[in-house]
Amino acid sequence: MKRHLISAADLTRDDALLVLDTAEELARATEGSMKKLPTLRGRTVVNLFFEDSTRTRISFEAAAKRLSADVINFSAKGSSVSKGESLKDTALTLEAMGADGVVIRHGASGAPHRLANWVKGSVVNAGDGTHEHPTQALLDAFTMRRRLGDLEGRKVTIVGDILHSRVARSNVLLLNTLGAEVTVVAPPTLLPVAIDTWPAEVSYDLDAVLPKSDVVMMLRVQHERMNASYFPTVREYSRRYGLDAERMARMADHAIVMHPGPMNRGVEIAAEVADSVRSTIVEQVANGVSARMAVLYLLLGGSEPAIGKEVSQS
Amino acid sequence: MSTAYVIKGARILGGDPADIVVRDGVIAEIGANVNTEGAEVVEAEGLIALPGLVDLHTHLREPGREDAETVESGTRAAAMGGYTAVHAMANTDPVADSAGVVEQVWRLGREAGYCDVQPVGAVTAGLKGERLAELGAMADSAAGVRVFSDDGHCVSDAVIMRRALEYVKAFDGVVAQHAQEPRLTEGAQMNEGEMSAALGMRGWPAVAEEAIIARDVLLAQHVGSRLHVCHVSTAGSVEIIRWAKSKGCRVTAEVTPHHLLLNDGLAASYDPIYKVNPPLRTADDVTALRHALADGTIDVVATDHAPHPVEAKETEWAVAAMGMIGLETALSVVHEAMVETGLLDWAGVAERMSLAPARIGRLSGQGRPLEAGSPANITLYDPSPRRAVDPAAMASKSRNTPYAGLELPGRVVATFLRGRATVLEGKLQ
Repeated sequence: MKRHLISAADLTRDDALLVLDTAEELARATEGSMKKLPTLRGRTVVNLFFEDSTRTRISFEAAAKRLSADVINFSAKGSSVSKGESLKDTALTLEAMGADGVVIRHGASGAPHRLANWVKGSVVNAGDGTHEHPTQALLDAFTMRRRLGDLEGRKVTIVGDILHSRVARSNVLLLNTLGAEVTVVAPPTLLPVAIDTWPAEVSYDLDAVLPKSDVVMMLRVQHERMNASYFPTVREYSRRYGLDAERMARMADHAIVMHPGPMNRGVEIAAEVADSVRSTIVEQVANGVSARMAVLYLLLGGSEPAIGKEVSQS
Repeated sequence: MSTAYVIKGARILGGDPADIVVRDGVIAEIGANVNTEGAEVVEAEGLIALPGLVDLHTHLREPGREDAETVESGTRAAAMGGYTAVHAMANTDPVADSAGVVEQVWRLGREAGYCDVQPVGAVTAGLKGERLAELGAMADSAAGVRVFSDDGHCVSDAVIMRRALEYVKAFDGVVAQHAQEPRLTEGAQMNEGEMSAALGMRGWPAVAEEAIIARDVLLAQHVGSRLHVCHVSTAGSVEIIRWAKSKGCRVTAEVTPHHLLLNDGLAASYDPIYKVNPPLRTADDVTALRHALADGTIDVVATDHAPHPVEAKETEWAVAAMGMIGLETALSVVHEAMVETGLLDWAGVAERMSLAPARIGRLSGQGRPLEAGSPANITLYDPSPRRAVDPAAMASKSRNTPYAGLELPGRVVATFLRGRATVLEGKLQ
């Protein structure tokens, strides 16, 4: 594996399978009352969060702590960053503190790329602007595998604001690497103009795609899109691209519904869908910790095996 | 009495070797084996002699951002790049929108003495796009402004643009438009296309440039005025300008060296050294721009030299300043993109980097052919060496060159401004 995890494209098929298999092992090893492994004892992981994201931060924090790493949470609010310190100076500060790994969430696309130039430790992208969120894609793939088995040939439909979604970008890349067939569904205003260059099918019609899908992943509609003429009204969006019980009934029996959260219940996803047995939304949160443990272990763990020695077999 | 020079064996516009005698600020004679008595001899065997280069689009940053560049440092960079005149853009602080500011910039240029500094006046007061600046006062000032531009901002209001085009006819002025439809480019970071989609950056559609150019050529045609289009960056813009010229519209256009050589693939590094306005476009656009410059659809190469301090570029892409320096690399880039590819000969380079920009800017003493009686504005260029670009060696106060480490051909050996050497043996004088 590469030293950093910045894009889902950094992972080869073997890398991705290694992460998913490792996550499985780690999940099993920590599912009892003994939740902590000594693997990263003495390593320091910095959670560098320039955007508010409690969910992702605590997921990374839990992952690092279950591997016995020391965790430093650095949030931009109330820190020197809010007083105008540059990303570079923040990076040099972290470097001086001896961070082995830096988990970064940032509002600017590419900020983790820049950070990787300035720190020696491994950089893990925890979401950068409208670019990527590779650990979300890993936890999603992990969740799909647990529910559906091998992803080769599986049909995954991603619905919503593809243009601005870092979750969509990382998922399209990783799922393609893993052999799944991805379809993106959105109003044309919320697709990149060059969507035809992506390894994905494109549809404007959710109803046509639903019956053929093994996985339907609903994306959050951001508030700032609602008044920028990407679509006429929230109600029209919901009617055309929202997943309600009636639409869900047209899905195959085995098919699952995913959402990276936080949800807008009643907008992109109806409450009865979110709470249905098809929904993996709560599992995704739990699986996020396992997937992030695997990433931190593989990037920071050096040569020591996490648990068994057969994690790379699959 | 200034030093007299005999430039021996230079290839004028890449032609056969000849001697150029420079005396009293003018070219006194061109011939073979001329008398060198009383003159300093400049051995120029193998060097190409060009008329001193003229830049229509330079940001000198003074007044206001002297940490990035000053008139002195910027004109030193210009001389090192072979330039004898630059047009200083108006987006300083305070804005060059009054006779007072343009005269200050003009005077600073004369004091520095490395090249002529011709101020560009703002079209609208404070570059706000709301009401015309005192264009006539700037035209009548000691600076004699003829080029007006809100560069950095588009004159997006169609009525203001129409009035500006009309008004400057009274003093043979030209409006140089920064073509960028503002609503289509809110928050835009890079060319909109395959790369922006992959990198998750807000796209800067080609149509935002092309729509303004289309409107402006129609306006210029309607009111019979001169229009100049700054930094054309797309294949579609080229098509519109080609069409406008075919209809007799008095439009001229420029392209930057970086748009002739670089493309948006470089943004994949997220290194904002490649962040520029207009953005780097696709490889297809680069090809179209090269051919448009070769066939005359695009009239001139202009640097859009845009210095920024290190901290404005050592950041995340989204917050970084837009722009790149270019005065000291322009000729080498044009050599690489246009001459090495066979698209232009050296006479063509002289036309596009000296004669045409001087004509558009109405600079009478610049951009003259190298012949007896012309002002001795001369650039000597050695086309043979290839060298890696070293930002640390540049005369500009800023280091934001996109070519660092890139191997480019050629080197400016000497620059003469009205018979005085500003650069000799590759060194500032």
